[in-house]
This record gives sequence, structure tokens and C-alpha cells, in this order.
Amino acid sequence: MNKPIRRVSVFCLVLILALMVRTNWVQGVQADTWASNSHNDRNKYDRYAYPRGNIIVQGNPVTKSDFVNGLRYKYKQSWVDGPMYAPVTGWSSQAFDSSQLEKLEDPILSGTDSRLFLRNTLDMLTGKQKQGGDVVTTINAKAQKAAFEGLGDKKGAAVAIDPATGAILALVSTPSYDPSTFAGGATADGNAKAALDKDPNQPLLNRALRETYPPGSTFKLITAAAAFENGRFQSIDDTTDTPAHYILPGTNTELKNASDTEPCPNATVKTGMDFSCNTVFGKIGADLGKDKLRGQAEKFGFNNPALDTPIRAVPSYFPPNSSPDGTAMDAIGQHDTRATPLQMAMVASAICNNGSLMTPYLVEQERSANLTVISKHTPKQLSQAVSPGTAQKLQQLMESVVANGTGTKAQIDGLTVGGKTGTAQHGQDNAGLPFAWFMSYAKGPDNKSVAVAVVVEDGAAERNEISGGSIAAPIAKSVMEAVLK
Amino acid sequence: MRRRPAGSDAAPAAPNRRNTELALLAFAVVVPMLAYANVGLAMDKKLPAGMLEYGLGMGALALVAHLVMRRFAPYADPLLLPLATLLNGLGLVMIWRLDKAGQLLRNNFPAAANQLMWSGLGVALFIGVIVFLKDHRILQRFTYISMAVALVLLAAPAFFPARKEDYGAKIWIHLGSMSFQPGEFAKIILTVFFAGYLMVKRDALALASRRFMGLYLPRGRDLGPIIVVWLLSILILVFETDLGSSFLFFGLFVVMLYVATERTSWIVFGLLLSVGGAVVVASSEAHVKTRIDAWLDPMAAFSPKPPPGSTEQIGQTLMAFGSGGVTGSGLGQGRSWLIQFAAKSDFILGSFGEELGLTGMMALFLLYGLVVQRGLRTGLAARDPFGKLLAVGLSSAFALQVFVVAGGVTGLIPLTGMTMPFLAQGGSSVVANWALVAILLKISDSARRPAADPVPTTTSGGTPS
Repeated sequence: MNKPIRRVSVFCLVLILALMVRTNWVQGVQADTWASNSHNDRNKYDRYAYPRGNIIVQGNPVTKSDFVNGLRYKYKQSWVDGPMYAPVTGWSSQAFDSSQLEKLEDPILSGTDSRLFLRNTLDMLTGKQKQGGDVVTTINAKAQKAAFEGLGDKKGAAVAIDPATGAILALVSTPSYDPSTFAGGATADGNAKAALDKDPNQPLLNRALRETYPPGSTFKLITAAAAFENGRFQSIDDTTDTPAHYILPGTNTELKNASDTEPCPNATVKTGMDFSCNTVFGKIGADLGKDKLRGQAEKFGFNNPALDTPIRAVPSYFPPNSSPDGTAMDAIGQHDTRATPLQMAMVASAICNNGSLMTPYLVEQERSANLTVISKHTPKQLSQAVSPGTAQKLQQLMESVVANGTGTKAQIDGLTVGGKTGTAQHGQDNAGLPFAWFMSYAKGPDNKSVAVAVVVEDGAAERNEISGGSIAAPIAKSVMEAVLK
Repeated sequence: MRRRPAGSDAAPAAPNRRNTELALLAFAVVVPMLAYANVGLAMDKKLPAGMLEYGLGMGALALVAHLVMRRFAPYADPLLLPLATLLNGLGLVMIWRLDKAGQLLRNNFPAAANQLMWSGLGVALFIGVIVFLKDHRILQRFTYISMAVALVLLAAPAFFPARKEDYGAKIWIHLGSMSFQPGEFAKIILTVFFAGYLMVKRDALALASRRFMGLYLPRGRDLGPIIVVWLLSILILVFETDLGSSFLFFGLFVVMLYVATERTSWIVFGLLLSVGGAVVVASSEAHVKTRIDAWLDPMAAFSPKPPPGSTEQIGQTLMAFGSGGVTGSGLGQGRSWLIQFAAKSDFILGSFGEELGLTGMMALFLLYGLVVQRGLRTGLAARDPFGKLLAVGLSSAFALQVFVVAGGVTGLIPLTGMTMPFLAQGGSSVVANWALVAILLKISDSARRPAADPVPTTTSGGTPS
């Protein structure tokens, strides 16, 4: 009987070997696939298994990792000044995943980034607790606060950029939300998130980056830029050949100005800008044509589908095709033209930076928990939006608007300020309350500068009380003061 | 260690390995104790409160078992008792660890205390077998009684109402709050019947046969009774939808027939029958079809529209294995409770895979492989055909059970739902497997005993082969 027993013995060995091979396959070869499977809740729990890294604003963390020692989650995120920084940080919730920087920088914050591997291994060997790395933002705390308080309980957004580098100094969206209210996985967190989702004011919407508005009169700067770049005018004092009654080409509709008493007929470019004449820039746009306007708008960043700060901004839009009358309306920021607050801040920053548009960015550094710098942002040019000569002329126009035009409320003692107001009609037959825009820059004595765009929706109950100059300009002014003073 | 003086003219008998066993036992008690400390430190950042009592209790049980061995089975294999102790101890630690997670989750019932009690009972039965089973050949006398008992045990669950918590398989007998899984005992008792019957009939089966299409077919009157018993048991199990046990009993039958008759044709028959049976059962049983679908696509249960009857458990277990990777998360640091309710029974291997990693799994498989190979070695060494058949039957049943469970949990074969011997929660399983090891040890004791065989055998022992 021994021969068959030996064979049975080999058979049993084969059974055990088959199990070993299979386990090697599952745990060795396939391990990563199973470990990173989207249904593997361990990854969700791992994100809160040890302290997450922080998002830093001017040396101070605006996020915190609280030790709560749950069975599933050991840590829970909370935020300092949550509503103020929410458009920057996003949320990181046990139940609702994460968004914005908390999501995009998750590998660093949760410490799983491969660049942290050496540090993690050393920590494991020395018995130190694993810890996520930090993300250092470009945000200027004072500017952020000024913008947030300036917007107050109004609905809107503000973006400030350092024109020389593209660093985003302020990024505010109101009404906002406190990510701390739904950071956990409890019923209260679920209710808080559901309430935010249902809120008609859309507090979760990042208006600064992810909402487009008709830019209104602020777009006239781009129309002027196209005119200078294409040689239509040589100087800001050139007359524009504008009729008293400008009929939109191909129609019987007259394009009107804010008031008939304004010196728009045959105004110079400068006067047209000071008084924000629709007729002047509508005609310039129609004369230049849709392609030249669109080309100029795209150089400023319109129609760019991948504007990553790293939080991706939705593309601002200038239509590829329009009838001549539509193009005239597009040229004054109505009709199909749409822009994010970030986009208009970029336009202001490019003009301020002598035509050179720097890529906007929000993350200055990524670093490990022991402060070793893992990556550092190098400023990059996105495009040369206009020639330096055109930029000078546009600066003169903007500075004149603040000195003598619709933007006087943005004047700051001791600083050179340029700006442009906008009051954008929207809704069916322009029935909605207009959006108040202000885009501007300020230059300090020590070569420092800042560009700001502010948009306010439904800024006042009465339609005729709404204008970019009265509602948005003071907010932009306080942001510029916060950065430069 | 005592050794025979060199130059002794007596036949060189196997040395008494009891000291080896004692040393290994110490190891088998210390390792789970360290694992226990490890879980406590990982989960509570302090040594578990009952650690000393637990260690002393396990040590005492092992020591008593060892002393009984010294007195009643001095020549037995030195590895089997430490292996069983180590596996049982590791299982207890993991069940306790899953209990702790369950208490925090408030959706699980503590099971470690029960398992500890059953382990104690198992060791008691082990000691009982070692002390009172003077010679394994006595079991021969119970050949036909075994057959009857095994059939009754297997059929019994069909007459008890199924309960929701049994999840499809009708393999338990419920008495009040106690439940009892007769299949685990039937496994041993049926092996006794097969061994007893085949030992008597093996010559007839092997020789008095007709050649048919190149295969030797035995006469019906020789093979008839065993075929009937085997068919009955398979039918009962299929009726109770206990697929794992059906497969196990089938494999056991084929292996023992092959060993008894030394005819390869049985393997061919076995394979043909199992393929045929598998096709028939798979196409007729909805329960089986669900299992096969779950094996082919373990993640289907996670889809927005999961197929009816599907379970997340296989997918969860595979993800546990994947997350464990090569080195594992460390005891107490995994999230095996994601596997849910069967984490302590069918799927305990998933917890080991996650927390001890591939490394730990290889070690576990080696331990099981060693148990099987020591059992088969006992079969080789046994001097009587009954002992040989019994040892081979018990060892291969053990091996098949390990294969079916571990293969199912790791996704190698469809999941059939049995428990990992010694490791998994389950009173019947622990007690029955301790008895199984005790019988193997008795056979190996008589095989390696240097003195002449006192009990006459019914057929000539030690067939040359």
C-alpha cells in the first residue's frame, strides 16, 4: 500500500502548493490592484489613519487634523476660518470624499506620495508615527480676509494675483461653507452636507474659479487691446469715429450707452473708457471682427480648457462664431462672452505686467512633515497677451478710469491704481439683477503690484443702485490695500 | 534526549521524541502569546489584561496533553501535537482580535471565550482518545456501526428547521442556543467505516475484477455497499447544500479506494465522476450556480445592481489579501472586519492574509502541509492495513478540507463554505479535529513502537509494495 500512499502524499503536497501559488498571485502579483480597488474601503480609512498634513497660509496652517480615535477613522479634519478658506482648501470629509486642494494634493497631505517614500520608511524604522506632508499656498492672509469681509453676505467672488509671478493672493467665494461641518461620517455631517447641496445660493460652488459671468464692460479692455494690437489706433487719444446713434450692424437695433448725456459720440479711446461707452467699443469690436477679438481674448486665457491652479478653472468663453451684431455685443462683454473672476484678474495682471501673462498658481511648495521641500513652484509665462507698448496704453486707460472715470472709488493714496468697472446684464431680456464687476491693479512704490477682480451678484435690491464702481470697486480697493500697504 | 546505545543489536526502532515535542510545544504556546501581546499593543497600546491567564491556561492544557502522551503514546509523532496547538492558538488570537473590532462596531458577537471553551473540550477529547483508545485497531470492530452513525449524523440536519443565520447551508443541528455541525464528526467516522470496509474487501476489489475498456471493474457485491453509503452521503449533502463536505467526502472515498486497491483506474473513475457530478449539480442547484458566478466575478456584488444572492465577502476578502500584501499590516492593524459576519469562521484566512501578509500565509500553509505530511508519514509507517488506510484517510480529508476552504477564500476555486481546521471559529470543528489528531497520534505510536505487535490482525500486515 505504500506506493499509492506516496502518491497521495505528493497529491496533497500539490494541493498545498496550489494554495501557495494562488496566494502569491493574489497577495504578490495582484496585491496593488486589490489594494487600490475603488471598493476597498481601507483607502478611505487610511486617509484618516494618521495626522494629515496641513494647508499653510503665510506660515500658519488653516487646516487641522484632530485625533478622534474612532474604529474606522482615527483622525478628522477641521479648518481654521473654514468659510473664508473653503474656496482654497476644499473639503476632506470621511463620508463625502474630498475636493479642491484637499483632493488634488491628497498624496502629499495623506503622505502616500511616492516622493515621501524614503521619509515614511525612515519613520517606520524609527517607530515614528506616519504623517502627511504640508502644502504651502500663495494666499496672502490679509488680502483673503479683506476680500472675504468686503464681500460679506453678498453673493460673489474675488481673486487677487501677483502680476509678476502669477501667485494667487486671494481666492474668495461667497456665500461660503465651513468644511468642518461635514468632515466626519456622522448623521449630523450628512445632514449638513445635504443642506448645503440643497441651498439655492449654492455655497459649495467655488465662484472664483468655477462660475462664469458675462464680464460686461470690463471686457472693453480686451477690445481696446485688440484694437491697439491690430493697429486700429496708435494712441489712447485717437478719436474713434463713433456716431451719436450706433445701430448694430445688420439690424435696426440701437446700442445705447448708460446715459445720453455722456460724451460718447466720436470720443477718444480714453474718454470712451472713462465713461465706459458701449457705442465706442461695440463699434470697435464689430469693425475688428470676431476672429481678431477672439484671438486677443484667447491670449488673455479665454477658451483655455486646462487652466489648473492646480484647482481647475472652468474655461472662460469667447464664441468662435457670431453675427456682426453679436460680435459688437460680445465686444462689450455681453451676448455670449463669459468669464470667471480668475480670468478677469488675469487680464488685469497681464496689463499690469507689461503684457506678460503669468500662469496663475496657488501652491508655492509641497513639503514633507519635517519641512523638507519636495517641490517648489517656478513662475511660468502663460502667454505674451499684448506687446509692452499696448500694455502701457491699456495701463493709461485703466489709471484714467480710476482717476477721472467710473472707478474713482478704488483710488488709494500713495499707490498707482488702474481699474475698469463693469455692470453686466444677464437673464432673459436682461431681467436679472446685473452683476457688478471691478477689475484693477495697484502698483506700490517698491515695484510690488497686485491685480484684483471682484464680481458681485445681486449686489443691491434696486437695479439702478448696482454698478461695478459703487459695489465692487471698494472691495477691490481693500484687497489691494491689504497686499501693498 | 535518550538514544539507544550505539551497537545495540536490537532492530533500530524510532527514538522516543517526547522531548522534541515538549520543546516544540513551548514554542507553540509562546508564539500565540506573543501574537496576543501584539494585538493588545496595536489596538489598545497596552498588554492585554488576560494575557498571563491565557498563556498559563494554554500552557497548562498543552502540558497535560504532553504528559498524557508521555504515558500513553510515548512513541507517537512529535510534531502533530505542537502543530495543532499552534494553529489552535493562532486561531484564538485572531478570533479575539476580531471580537475586539466587533465590540467597537457593535455589530458582532464575541466568540473568543466560546472558542476557548471548545478548544479546552477538544483537548479533553484528545486526552480521552489517547488514554482510552488502547489500540487504533479496536476501531475496526465498529466498521458498520460507524457507517450507521455517519449516515444518521449527516442526515440529521435535514430534520431540523433551517435558521436564517446559517446562510443557505443546512449543516447545523440546533439544540437551544447550542449548535452542532455533524459533518465535522462524520468526516472521521466515515473514514473509520471506509478503512474498515476496504481493508476487508481490498483483495477482492483489486483482484476479482473484470477488464472492461482497459479498466478493471470490481464485482458489484464487493463494491456495492461502499458505493451505496458514499452515494447516500453525497446525496444528503447536496440536499443540504453543503458543497464543501460533498467534495471532501467524494475525494476521501476516491483516495482511500485507490490506496486500498492500488489501482490507478480508481483515479480515472473518480475524476470522471466528479466532473460529471459537478456539471449535474452546478446546472441544477441555484445555490451552486450563485457560488460559481461569485467565483468568476467576485466584484459583481459591488455593482450598482448586484446579482441576487451575491455576497461581497469574496471580493472583500481578496481586497483584504491585496491590502495585506507581502508583509501584512501587522496583527490588530488591519481592517478585516470589513469582511463582515463570517470573518471568524469561513473567512478567517482573509484576516490572516491582511494582517500577517503573504509571509504569514505561507507559514500557515506550511503548518497545514506539515500536519498532512506527518499524517501520511504515519500511514506509511503503520504496520497494519487498517491503520494505513485510516491514517491516509484522515490526513487526506484534512488536506482536502484545507484546500477547499483556502482555495475558496483566495478565489482559486468556488467558495463552498467550510471552516479552516483549528483556525476558524466553530466548536464542532475544533473538537473533531483534536480527535482526528489524537487518532493519528495513536496510529503513529503503534507504528513506531519498538515492541512486537501484541494484537493479532485479521489480514497480513505490511503488504510489500
